[in-house]
Amino acid sequence: MSDGIDTDGLLTLILACAALTYAARVGGHLILARLPQVPHRLEAALNAVPIAVLGALIAPAIATTGPAEALAALVAGLVGLRLSATWVVALGVVTLLVARGLGG
Amino acid sequence: MPVDPRAVPDAAVDSRPAPHPNRVEALAGARATLTILPAIAPFAALYGALATAAGFAPSDTLIASATIFAGASQYLMLDMLGQGLSSGAILLAVLAVNFRHVLYSAALGRRLGRFSTAGKALAFQLLVDPTFAAAEQRARTVGTLAPAWYFGYGLTVYVAWMVANVVGIASGRLLEDPARYGLDFILPLYFLGVLLGFRAAHGFVVVLATSALVSIGVHETLGAPWHLPAGALTGLAVAAARSRPPLAEATVEGA
Repeated sequence: MSDGIDTDGLLTLILACAALTYAARVGGHLILARLPQVPHRLEAALNAVPIAVLGALIAPAIATTGPAEALAALVAGLVGLRLSATWVVALGVVTLLVARGLGG
Repeated sequence: MPVDPRAVPDAAVDSRPAPHPNRVEALAGARATLTILPAIAPFAALYGALATAAGFAPSDTLIASATIFAGASQYLMLDMLGQGLSSGAILLAVLAVNFRHVLYSAALGRRLGRFSTAGKALAFQLLVDPTFAAAEQRARTVGTLAPAWYFGYGLTVYVAWMVANVVGIASGRLLEDPARYGLDFILPLYFLGVLLGFRAAHGFVVVLATSALVSIGVHETLGAPWHLPAGALTGLAVAAARSRPPLAEATVEGA
């Protein structure tokens, strides 16, 4: 039954994942729109969403992959205090490739 | 560039009207994706190649990308299918990585005042990490989020994702080793840059430190994908706990 990929089951699974993903994407807004007034603590939490979610998303990759990645993130972070995300990516990748090259 | 004379009757006249503001906004949105496309395209191509290698028909891969349109969920599903895990386990894991979309949805919903109902429905289908971050930053710096800007950005990312998928399906294991070019680390670096753009926000350091540390701790113990909801929710709880009620007199509805 689960040898390789069963085509009918696969399409059902794909569509179930899609439905779940879309429900999540609409759900937050629909729940919030039902509130007559947004309490100040919820407002503060919503304002913190980009910081908390992006922070949780990238922290393990930066901290636990290896010294080259940690160094690249450090350089990129310093660049980011002055320059835009394009420069953060460009100088971060250069640092990463140099550090990986030196580290073997 | 050849010009169709029927299409531009007044093009030679000097007093051309200024370009429509929607067009300006849409182009500005599309242009803003240029930073992220070099990071997204290889991952979308790799997904196409890996899905094909795992036995997905090209139609399965494209349907998955078009309907799910969430890189992390799609990779996770592929990985778990490869391990022979049950559909129930796969759906639970997809729910865990998708939880952040509930938060994006609630936060972005506040910026969609200028969108029609159908516009909102489409806007949420396009809501991936870079699009959320870019839209949120745009709304904070410009003070408003134009539908044309959002769709210029979001549809460009969507089309690029699908096109790169097709390239990956067609060329097999094109990018077998994205680490060789540092492509594997572009997304964390890009999100780091975007994250720093929010550093003037209230409680930035405390919220970031909390969510990052909890995320790393859970990642090293329970493992992925649970670090995401755990880190994000703890950070949000700290932000909520630090919030002070607005002064009674200063309850100006706005922003």
